[in-house]
Amino acid sequence: MAFSFTRMMSSRNTATLLASLGAGTMATCYLMTDSNILSAEERRKLYPPSADFPDLRRHNNCMAHALTPAIYGKLRDQVTPNNWTLDQCIQTGVDNPGHPFIKTVGMVAGDEESYKVFADLFDPVIKDRHNGYDPKTMKHPTDLDASKITNGVFDEKYVLSSRVRTGRSIRGLSLPPCCSRSERREVERVTVQALAGLKGDLAGHYYSLGDMTEKEQQQLIDDHFLFDKPVSPLLTCAFMARDWPDGRGLWHNNEKTFLIWVNEEDHTRVISMEKGGNMKRVFERFCRGLQQVEKLIQERGWEFMWNEHLGYILTCPSNLGTGLRAGVHVRLAKLSKDPRFGKILDNMRLQKRGTGGVDTATTGDTFDISNNDRLGKSEVELVQLLVDGVNYLIDCEKRLERGQDIKIPAPIAQFRK
Amino acid sequence: MPFGNTHNALKMKYASSEEYPDLSQHNNHMAKILTPAIYERLRSKQTPSGFTLDDVIQTGIDNPGHPFIMTVGCVAGDEETYEVFKELLDPIIEDRHGGYKPTDKHKTDLNPNNLKGGDDLDPNYVLSSRVRTGRSIRGFCLPPHCSRGERRAVEKMSVEALDSLSGDLKGKYYALKNMTDAEQQQLIDDHFLFDKPVSPLLLASGMARDWPDGRGIWHNDTKTFLVWVNEEDHLRVISMQKGGNMKEVFNRFCTGLTKIETLFKDKGTSFMWNGHLGYVLTCPSNLGTGLRAGVHVKIPNMSKHAKFEEVLKRLRLQKRGTGGVDTAAVGGTFDISNADRLGFSEVELVQMVVDGVKLLVEMEKKLEKGQSIDGIMPTQK
Repeated sequence: MAFSFTRMMSSRNTATLLASLGAGTMATCYLMTDSNILSAEERRKLYPPSADFPDLRRHNNCMAHALTPAIYGKLRDQVTPNNWTLDQCIQTGVDNPGHPFIKTVGMVAGDEESYKVFADLFDPVIKDRHNGYDPKTMKHPTDLDASKITNGVFDEKYVLSSRVRTGRSIRGLSLPPCCSRSERREVERVTVQALAGLKGDLAGHYYSLGDMTEKEQQQLIDDHFLFDKPVSPLLTCAFMARDWPDGRGLWHNNEKTFLIWVNEEDHTRVISMEKGGNMKRVFERFCRGLQQVEKLIQERGWEFMWNEHLGYILTCPSNLGTGLRAGVHVRLAKLSKDPRFGKILDNMRLQKRGTGGVDTATTGDTFDISNNDRLGKSEVELVQLLVDGVNYLIDCEKRLERGQDIKIPAPIAQFRK
Repeated sequence: MPFGNTHNALKMKYASSEEYPDLSQHNNHMAKILTPAIYERLRSKQTPSGFTLDDVIQTGIDNPGHPFIMTVGCVAGDEETYEVFKELLDPIIEDRHGGYKPTDKHKTDLNPNNLKGGDDLDPNYVLSSRVRTGRSIRGFCLPPHCSRGERRAVEKMSVEALDSLSGDLKGKYYALKNMTDAEQQQLIDDHFLFDKPVSPLLLASGMARDWPDGRGIWHNDTKTFLVWVNEEDHLRVISMQKGGNMKEVFNRFCTGLTKIETLFKDKGTSFMWNGHLGYVLTCPSNLGTGLRAGVHVKIPNMSKHAKFEEVLKRLRLQKRGTGGVDTAAVGGTFDISNADRLGFSEVELVQMVVDGVKLLVEMEKKLEKGQSIDGIMPTQK
């Protein structure tokens, strides 16, 4: 009895209290009830968007540069059909002010509709990240015809391995930051069922992360296939590691040249790879595999998330469009020490990474060289850019070996005016 | 997450069995208690502020076990969590707090005069003494669930209250995001600075969101009374000093807490408290008193003794490394504190520590002399 009396008394006081904190005059209306307990609706009104606006003064990511109090005020109380909010999209960018090697995006989508409901923030971020690409007016080309690639076989004295990756999302199911356990398991079911229909050189086997034997695990580690629970705060702060390892797994073909990650950072990540320099063959298998998987899921009434402005829809805005990263591990002992190396890469729209992936630094003279861009150019265009670029780098390396000089190539056109 | 029920309604279109987490590798209180039937009954519920069952248990799903301690595996997002999800939380509380029943009443006693002795622990062995607890401010969501606006409001209110403390409690607030390099270094040297949580137990529950916004440290000028704002709880209150005068530490603790509570009441709010659960905090393990009274004590001989664990158990004490809950002990110096939080009053718990540590030091001295400790083995408290 005494307990509820105290609560009644303090509710009136809470109104005064919260009003004095600048929580808004709305406070008094909503608290003149018996209960001190605020519903989510009431709480939202009590704390206007200005009270919740994140402190981004120390931040250096695309979201922090694009978000304004006006945009936040307009979008904070919106939800997607899956009840995903703006705060949930930007949490990773609020929690991670900056990254030592790359300018991060700082926001994720929880579902396909996020890109539309929160377009006022996603569009400027996409523009910033993808060289001025404007989702409102521009259209993204999709082209998975590998036969168009020319000069796609590299000198193996320099190129140690070739790889193409992308991601695909299953329309109708929420993305890794947002999905419930049952949705995630559904993504796994749909994908594994489809992959079971692959034949010939693409026939393979699925290994669920939670069920694999010690022996299978060791083999996958030795093959450099096994992915682990994300440790990068960029991913963990975006809620992508929830319920690990439930619903996660790895599929690969028997020849170990075509690999699919299920429910890591995207619904699926599709990777074609092999040792050596035959990027043309790697890309051919990539396109063939993707097209077959798409056909197999369509037979069961599913499809990939795609639209004509954003191309393939993935969790991170940086992977929109093609979601494609085509790259090689290449030995560039002399060129990498040349002061013009960075500029050459920039002009050819290429980036370098360590051979351990995005969060690593390089060791020795072997570099991971890949395309910078994802959106606004087709898969064929990007792979051709990579092919031409790597051939140029190898040519520079050979020239430097012979004591000849090299030239910085003219920059390739982007969208920015 | 704030305000929303994070698509709780959408999950309902899937059968409960399809949503049920895989807890086959798990060893925490939540995994022991949760069943598909309980999950089915509770999954459609939410607290008024929108905290759901999945929000409660996410940290326990993401953290199957801990090397040193049996973790709880769930958190509260607001005061009402303990009511709305009592079907799950009551058995967890009972399991964690030595059989505490849903009908039991918890007594609060913050009168330091009721503590007997405690001013004479041998400083040759007892290097430092410390008492900590937590407090939550009624009407605000807890760290796993609060919005930035709420967290800032908690900070503002707390700092206003702390700024009005006087005498030996007079002090200063250092907001984590505003502190200078010099201030930061000083707080590190004083062993006061808390950092962004790295423990996955905390990260998985959403407590580190928006770091360091709204977080800070307040301490008095003599550096013996310290308050953490918006770390794992709204407030963590710590009284500490070098040496073995636990009585003085507890005096200051009670005086400080009572003063702070009065200041909050003057502003028209109060701490979350009820007659069954005592002080309500984020983690069910800290309900009741939320009190951990402990010492850093040198017991290299005793700690190697075969009966060490048994003695601790009987005294209702626990050992930790001197770096805190997630560390191992170094060089024979242990952090020894009360194991209980709920069902005993503050005075009772500190009394257990005082009496227990006195006995441990006595045993250490005997072992140093090569004598047996069998004659002074304690009975189970």
